[in-house]
Amino acid sequence: MKNRKTCLGPSTGKGDHPAPPPARWRRWLSSANECHQSLRAAPVLRFRANLTGGIQAFRLLAVCAPLLLVSGCSSSTAWGWYVIDPRTESGWTNVKFLFSGMGSTILISLIAAALSITIGLIVALPGLSDRWHFRIINRVYVEFIRSIPLLPMLFWVFYGLPIIFRSMGLDIPIDPFWGAIITLAVSDSAFTAEIYRAGIQSVARGQSEAAQTIGLNYAQTMRYVVLPQAIRRILPPLANQFIYIVKMSAFASVIGMQELTRHANELVVTEYRPLEIYSLLILEYLILVLLISAGVRWLERRMGSDERI
Amino acid sequence: MDTGAAIEMIGVNKWFGDFHVLKDVSMSVNPGERVVICGPSGSGKSTVVRCVCRLETHQKGVIRVDGTELTDDPGSVAAIRSEVGMVFQQFNLFPHLTVLQNLMLGPTKARGLSRLEAEERARMYLERVKIPEQAGKRPAQLSGGQQQRVAIARSLCMEPKVMLFDEPTSALDPEMIAEVLDAMVELAEEGMTMVVVTHEMGFAREVADQMVFMDAGEIVETGSPAEFFETPKSHRCQTFLNQILRH
Ligand SMILES: Nc1ncnc2c1ncn2[C@@H]1O[C@H](COP(=O)(O)OP(=O)(O)O)[C@@H](O)[C@H]1O
Ligand SMILES: [Mg+2]
Repeated sequence: MKNRKTCLGPSTGKGDHPAPPPARWRRWLSSANECHQSLRAAPVLRFRANLTGGIQAFRLLAVCAPLLLVSGCSSSTAWGWYVIDPRTESGWTNVKFLFSGMGSTILISLIAAALSITIGLIVALPGLSDRWHFRIINRVYVEFIRSIPLLPMLFWVFYGLPIIFRSMGLDIPIDPFWGAIITLAVSDSAFTAEIYRAGIQSVARGQSEAAQTIGLNYAQTMRYVVLPQAIRRILPPLANQFIYIVKMSAFASVIGMQELTRHANELVVTEYRPLEIYSLLILEYLILVLLISAGVRWLERRMGSDERI
Repeated sequence: MDTGAAIEMIGVNKWFGDFHVLKDVSMSVNPGERVVICGPSGSGKSTVVRCVCRLETHQKGVIRVDGTELTDDPGSVAAIRSEVGMVFQQFNLFPHLTVLQNLMLGPTKARGLSRLEAEERARMYLERVKIPEQAGKRPAQLSGGQQQRVAIARSLCMEPKVMLFDEPTSALDPEMIAEVLDAMVELAEEGMTMVVVTHEMGFAREVADQMVFMDAGEIVETGSPAEFFETPKSHRCQTFLNQILRH
């Protein structure tokens, strides 16, 4: 524990037993790697520091949302919070209807993300090759896919692709669910491919050379040596992409997918209360994204608690 | 034509783009022989050993390892890799694995040994390089000298016929050089075939059977350590030896 003092920085000079560090310090502490290695207690500090961010955001939500709701319900004509006032029967029905889209939004996003990180890796690998004709494949895919706006691609997949299938004599119907997933996955995979490429390139060349000289083949070198080291660089931006997918899944409402945005749209048409309903819709996405962020931080922590690289 | 040499290079040429890095390099290393390569920085020493373990490809000439010619054929590359161990200047240990895992990775994944066999072998070689107690640590927790000895043990775990060393002590603090050289001397005494790029002339005098001096991509001079140090023939070699032996 000798190191503790030096880690905490200059003493206040008010005696030998400094007061426990204030919360703000903890966060600062947690980012100092040297402290990590010498302090056994460090992982705990880091854990708390990371958690406080999420907890504070949730607290803010918990305070603000009811405030808005209550002030809205009790006052004026401009706000019509009654449409989603859970205390009334119709309001509760509406709220339940709005939230019932959450399941398919999550499902679409999860499947699309899983496909995207798979396709992304497959596309990234030829981009790392020494041979130019492999790299060309990677470049063409990435440049082409990332230049297509999501909505046109969604239309193309949902309305166009079945025609291609039919002309080939294949009977593969594309429902809104899979149409949305394919579009989101392919569109996102161009970005995940770039994330993988950058992450893998950040691992020193000597690592894969050493792996080769002890007889590992290409796949083994990737699997056991390169990817485990690249994953720290890859995970945070991949998490960003997942959040992007969740938000972009709203476009699936356009082709009739029953998800969060679609439900909000349908309710607005019958209730004529766009302000309140879309406010709640935004809140729903906010909750989803905050949950994802918390999950990612948990994952990073779990990988990071294991000795630093 | 198999001459029985462990390594045979005949008229090897290599270019990096327009840059002619190896010019007609020929040499032969017999089984059990120790060859030390020296020469000024940028003369192509690393490139020679990297060609032998196929981390670089040569464009002209022939390289044979234990009778197998190095070609683009993946089978020949795999065959050579299983015969040749390589120790790098920068150690290149895998930082996310423990010392023991570093040593077991090759034998379990590339050789198909069981974990038990691989661990037994790994511990044996750690014992050989005199750091059995570090098995559970991460490379970053070891000193440079210890890391390099782990790297040597990692190569030995693949039980190669030839060991290549590319300036194994150049990245080390002076007080750690001896422990790595000791491990290498021991290896030489056990009869390992070794090609060592180094400027440690004390080590060269002690273990080398053959000295090779390179400059500007060419082998300028070869000979026994006695001739090489006492009566260097070429001017370039004399100048080089004067420079490094003066310190
Ligand atoms: N991958 C590479 N691409 C281009 N030039 C290189 C590459 N590797 C080495 N070289 C050049 O080849 C020459 C020989 O390099 P090297 O074999 O590392 O020399 P040494 O090990 O004797 O110092 C140097 O001039 C170096 O700059
Ligand atoms: Mg070199």
